[in-house]
Amino acid sequence: MTEQVRIVTKNIDIPGIDTFSVYTQHGGFQALRKALAMEPAAVLETVKNSGLRGRGGAGFPTGMKWSFLAKNSSKPTYLCANGDESEPGTFKDRMIMEKIPHRLVEGVLISAYATGAKQAFIYIRGELAYAARQLERAIAETYAAGYAGKNIMGSDANIDVVLHRGAGAYICGEETALMESLEGKRGYPRLKPPFPAAAGLYGGPTVINNCETLSTVPAIIENGAEWYASYGTEKSKGTRIFCLSGHVNKPGNYELPMGVTFRTLIEEFGGGVWKGRKLKAFVPGGSSTPMLGADKIDTPMDYESVASAGSMLGAAGVIVIDDATCIVDAVSRMEEFYRDESCGKCSPCREGTFWLAQLLERLAEGQGRADDVKLLSDICDNMSGKCFCPLGDAAITPVVSAIKLFREEFEYHIIHHNCPLSEHNRSAAAART
Amino acid sequence: MISEDAKQKMRDAVAKYPVARSALLPALRIAQEEEGYITPQGIQAVAQIIGVHEDEVTSIASFYTMYHAKPKGKYVVKVCNSIGCYLRGCDNLLKQLEDELGVQPGQTSADGLVTLETAECMASCGTAPVLQLDDEFVEQLTPERVHEIVLKINNFSGRTPGD
Ligand SMILES: Cc1cc2nc3c(=O)[nH]c(=O)nc-3n(C[C@H](O)[C@H](O)[C@H](O)COP(=O)(O)O)c2cc1C
Ligand code: SF4
Repeated sequence: MTEQVRIVTKNIDIPGIDTFSVYTQHGGFQALRKALAMEPAAVLETVKNSGLRGRGGAGFPTGMKWSFLAKNSSKPTYLCANGDESEPGTFKDRMIMEKIPHRLVEGVLISAYATGAKQAFIYIRGELAYAARQLERAIAETYAAGYAGKNIMGSDANIDVVLHRGAGAYICGEETALMESLEGKRGYPRLKPPFPAAAGLYGGPTVINNCETLSTVPAIIENGAEWYASYGTEKSKGTRIFCLSGHVNKPGNYELPMGVTFRTLIEEFGGGVWKGRKLKAFVPGGSSTPMLGADKIDTPMDYESVASAGSMLGAAGVIVIDDATCIVDAVSRMEEFYRDESCGKCSPCREGTFWLAQLLERLAEGQGRADDVKLLSDICDNMSGKCFCPLGDAAITPVVSAIKLFREEFEYHIIHHNCPLSEHNRSAAAART
Repeated sequence: MISEDAKQKMRDAVAKYPVARSALLPALRIAQEEEGYITPQGIQAVAQIIGVHEDEVTSIASFYTMYHAKPKGKYVVKVCNSIGCYLRGCDNLLKQLEDELGVQPGQTSADGLVTLETAECMASCGTAPVLQLDDEFVEQLTPERVHEIVLKINNFSGRTPGD
């Protein structure tokens, strides 16, 4: 039986760990103390050597990202923690923020120190009211102890941390839209370059990292780069919090070293597919990553292996789909999300997501027309690589990958005006209207 | 009316940021908490305190789904219907809520008691299906749990389900 390896989620179940006193009793803020006694460059070097890569989706090496920060900008450097968590299938950052908020605050402080940012922001998704209260309190306690603000822990480092609540918009998780939103504007993505590291928030060099990424930093500083790099695989170091959802017996967050297989996650930790059914497909990294067929269940969960299997580890949101699921209806539901969350800035995405959602709905309801599968693929082709920001490509991903795996099932809906799954028989679609 | 107290909170928000405009979202939130929705007075107060044109504030408020230009019910029920909750049966629970509360998604009951809405993935797929009752999560929903929520809401007004 494989065990969880708790690094980011260490002590998370201890009662009261969401308070400053219990967090510090269990070694909290020791890493910050240790970091402050080091040169910022040495802290950065440690994170670089640990092999930590971003947990927000793209998997970019964190230390390298920090080292790209413009050195001679006339403007201050900023750090933003991305807590906008809205990717369907992910629910790990919310857990960190709600259950162990001080770890994120500590990670933010250490990372700000390493990168020379005197002002840090934690951008939290607007809907997460409880997580916001937890973080607000954690920040206040950290200030009260003298661990944030001026001369933190008696050192000459000054770092301010401000919690910023969003107001409902998935696109604000995209780093440049996040900065726009933080500047008090509509959350439209910016053209890159310039990259945030050169000119980001208020025009200053800016580092943006995911909450889980930043919450990993304290353990790396405390235990060293080599220790962290001893977990995981050659190129995918450390652990990740895998968010397991959908048709499994025990959904939830499981922190595991990278390289463990989807089978282990789904069968050992998730207790297998529910209701004694079989696996039909799974989404490996949140709804923006291509779904994979059941034959890929033995793929190790690391960036490289998932890429070779034809998908991406993304934000590690593993969505399990059982064999009683109408794939057309499921994809239709996934597309509705992108249609509603397209920010509307560019037309391929704004119009394309609308058309895709409409076509899929019609297909799921048995009203599809002869050429609809081709039409879906054409629209995806016309969006692919032509949208202003990555949301456009994310939006076609469920459609393209589902047609690739289940073309016959799409065509069955058109020919028979019905679903091949007898128990389904348009009942889901009928219930929806 | 935006009270002096609320305006002070907006000014306090401004003070937290290097640039005043960053307090625009927090200020809108304060305005909405004060009046229940974003009113022309709310827009005006935010515009004045942040120092941007009212049209600009209106445009920004309209971008974010959590700011609304019309009043909502005393209770707001938001049911997630994205993929994670869909796979675990949220459609039936939404239907149950429609029937028991007597409102359609996107609508407020005639007596102003409750607004029913659908919501995009709320970072809770591991405890799906979920809803939010006035911004607080209710997770691992079952038909029984949904019925309890309806009773709670109706108890407040003394009405019977489906009225
Ligand atoms: C549409 C879209 C939504 C995103 N949402 C999030 C999010 O909610 N949280 C997050 O950390 N990253 C999100 N990202 C990725 C960020 O742009 C960025 O890459 C990330 O925050 C960087 O942090 P990391 O290097 O630690 O992963 C999103 C990207 C896109 C294109
Ligand atoms: S791709 Fe979509 S989300 Fe991105 S800028 Fe264009 S419309 Fe907005």
